[in-house]
Amino acid sequence: MQDDPVIRVVAKVLTPAIMLFALYVQFHGDYGPGGGFQAGVIFASAFILNAIVFGMNRGRHVWPPKFNLQCIALGVILYGGTGVASLFLGGNFLDYNVLSHDPIHGQHLGILLIEFGVGLTVASVMVGLFFAFASRTQHLRLLDLSPSKAATSSKVDAKTKPKTTKSASKTKQASNPK
Amino acid sequence: MIEFWINAAIAILLSAIGIMAVRQQRLFAVIILSGAYSLVAATWFVILDAVDVAFTEAAVGAGVSTVLALGTLSMVPANEKQRPVEALPLTLAIATGLLLLLAVADMPEFGSPDTPVQQHVGPHYITQSEKEIGVPNIVTSVLSSYRGFDTFGETAVIFTAAIAVFLILTGWTRKKVAKKPKPKTSASKSDV
Repeated sequence: MQDDPVIRVVAKVLTPAIMLFALYVQFHGDYGPGGGFQAGVIFASAFILNAIVFGMNRGRHVWPPKFNLQCIALGVILYGGTGVASLFLGGNFLDYNVLSHDPIHGQHLGILLIEFGVGLTVASVMVGLFFAFASRTQHLRLLDLSPSKAATSSKVDAKTKPKTTKSASKTKQASNPK
Repeated sequence: MIEFWINAAIAILLSAIGIMAVRQQRLFAVIILSGAYSLVAATWFVILDAVDVAFTEAAVGAGVSTVLALGTLSMVPANEKQRPVEALPLTLAIATGLLLLLAVADMPEFGSPDTPVQQHVGPHYITQSEKEIGVPNIVTSVLSSYRGFDTFGETAVIFTAAIAVFLILTGWTRKKVAKKPKPKTSASKSDV
């Protein structure tokens, strides 16, 4: 799949469009359908498409796992932090009225902040989940499931799988101290 | 009248896809069928005027969960094991389905305004949202402002679930976590 020029070109053209649409859904959620959750999923799908077409290593280069973990936590902190900020400004937890001089302004600001937090967490969770699943196997066979492959018995898979994963984890541990 | 026929067509399509997914043995086809099911369901939500739900269903159900299921498929055998149909689960499933169909007859008509659900806080949200929140999309104002605490809980659930999945799948161990980031965590705490 990575050698197919059509798929490569289409993926390259589509990726910025998907990300732009995700940002539109994120920040236009007050006025139309959408919001942080949907925008996060759409934003993640751009990176997942990139990783599927150009390979896991390049995908991990674009969105590093450590950055991913930080983003997951940062989204929740942003949401909770907005609530705590409204506590300190004299309101209830997550009462956005006090965030600005005008209650309506405060509501807009609060909704924008917490929706961004939700979007950040959801996007990085989705990308991280995909990488976590995909990194379990050496080669992601997404679309090349031929019937002959499908016919291989489950016993072979069950026998070989634990060995490979064990050896992989061993090599990981061995390589880590270096 | 035309809406009835559209609804009927979608219902038939949904049950056809469901039956095909149950009868299919190749897991790859089952995953694609479940994605198609989500897409048809999203169309139905649009007809029911639940645009936000349709959006979520199309993005999550048809998009990301299909990709995640395909990722899982690369770790498991490609075919479902052939099992004989057992009598007890089948009768239980059919009985539950019939009971649910019976219960549908007792439900209030779709969109009727005098059900208990619509009488409680709904009218306040619909009439006061523009004045109190100032956001045109009432779904957003309910989700993020009136029910902001619930959404916070949902985000925390997503966070916790993702951490649990990463722990299981990527094989982090206590040693690695304890050795490296200890000084960093204290630094980031002071940052916050």
